[in-house]
Amino acid sequence: MDLSAFFVELANVWPRLLQGSIATVTVSFQAIAYGSVFGSLLGLMIFYGRMPARICGWIYLDFIRGTPVLVLMLASFYIVPLAGLGLSATGAGILALSAFCSAHVAEVFRGGLAAVPPGQAEAAKSVGLTFPKILFYVLLPQVLRQALPAWINAAVEIVKASSLLAVISVPELLLTTQQIVSRNFMNAEFYLVCGLIYFAINLTLSKFGKLVEKRLAF
Amino acid sequence: MNSILEISGLRKSYGPLEVIKGVDLAMKPGEVVSIIGSSGSGKTTLLRCINLLEEFQGGDIRIDGQLIGYKTSNGKRVALPERERAKNRALTGMAFQQFNLFPHMTALGNVTLGLRKTRGMAKDEAVAVAEKWLERVGMSQRKNHYPIQLSGGQQQRVAIARAIAMNPKLMLFDEVTSALDPELVNEVLNVIQDLANDGMTMLLVTHEMRFAYQVSSKVIFMEHGVIAEEGDPKEMFHNPKSQRLAEFLGKSKFQ
Repeated sequence: MDLSAFFVELANVWPRLLQGSIATVTVSFQAIAYGSVFGSLLGLMIFYGRMPARICGWIYLDFIRGTPVLVLMLASFYIVPLAGLGLSATGAGILALSAFCSAHVAEVFRGGLAAVPPGQAEAAKSVGLTFPKILFYVLLPQVLRQALPAWINAAVEIVKASSLLAVISVPELLLTTQQIVSRNFMNAEFYLVCGLIYFAINLTLSKFGKLVEKRLAF
Repeated sequence: MNSILEISGLRKSYGPLEVIKGVDLAMKPGEVVSIIGSSGSGKTTLLRCINLLEEFQGGDIRIDGQLIGYKTSNGKRVALPERERAKNRALTGMAFQQFNLFPHMTALGNVTLGLRKTRGMAKDEAVAVAEKWLERVGMSQRKNHYPIQLSGGQQQRVAIARAIAMNPKLMLFDEVTSALDPELVNEVLNVIQDLANDGMTMLLVTHEMRFAYQVSSKVIFMEHGVIAEEGDPKEMFHNPKSQRLAEFLGKSKFQ
């Protein structure tokens, strides 16, 4: 490995790598945000909903979890436009990742709700709180704390899965790296750099999670 | 005088299993009634029905004259909407065997939550009320502690303050000392005794026979979902009429 040649090349391409990284972070962030909102609602529906709503929720969950993310991604890239929805490649990617994320978050959220002892809701009922207030003031803070580590895990999974957007030609970190490598043939070097960047993003994410976890501790 | 609590013909079942089989009970303001009986006799379920934590299939419960939980419309018995039921629940205060304090709030936060979010009090007002009651149960020193930092007895005292700060018509105590270490039982019983002396109307489910004897104006012995015997505590404990009560008292070593 010619180190000096590598550093020269790195100096040349780092703006592109940065651009790719930003794309990865942006896409992941959006998918995690949409997926978390939708997943939380789904978790609530599965935990508190009536039987038909629950069954629909479980079918969605099983379907999404039972399908490879790559297939979800290709499906949303090739199938969704057939329904007349104009989606960019990035849009299709975010849609697939959000769906994947929502399934994880729903399960985490449902588990979190199940882990709060029933006496908590009873005590809150007993002082006359209505269900939305019980949820907001008593249950959610406890669910959040309980579910945070698993939620961070899901977020890390999304960042990793975002590399699949390369397949539908979204120039995120992996595709950018592939393009760089195809020109300079420094395969080993730049895939290593690519891996390190993913690692750095996810490490930041889990450190941030730990920090929030500490703040939420009681 | 009007009754604070009036139960008539209460029936409750879990599926095919009937656990309360027609209970009638009336309580006047300031009365302290203890319910005793062996496990599975329906005493806790009765209390939970009064606080609307359980559905019941038959009979009426009135608190301060107000029918709770259900209404009759077109001759059919229908459940009241949740919003109404939430108001019904606030008519009674309940202290639980497992305390059920909210772990993410301080003692003060636990007491102010209902005051602010149910009663709609401003923060300052809620804090003032909560501090008054925390003081009353001897917990004002530890108002900023989280439940995990408190002993069982202290947690239960905060839980009692949380319920009573809501100014309920009737306080319900569900085996509040059963989960406590023996040396912590008295601090909680003293709080209850203090509230009783103050004229609070209270319904207790308890296994503390001596305490039931001391504090109650009436004792109820439940067995298999019905009231098997009721009356003055002295009468009940010294001259039980039924064989079953005599056996029960014998087993609970009341002298």
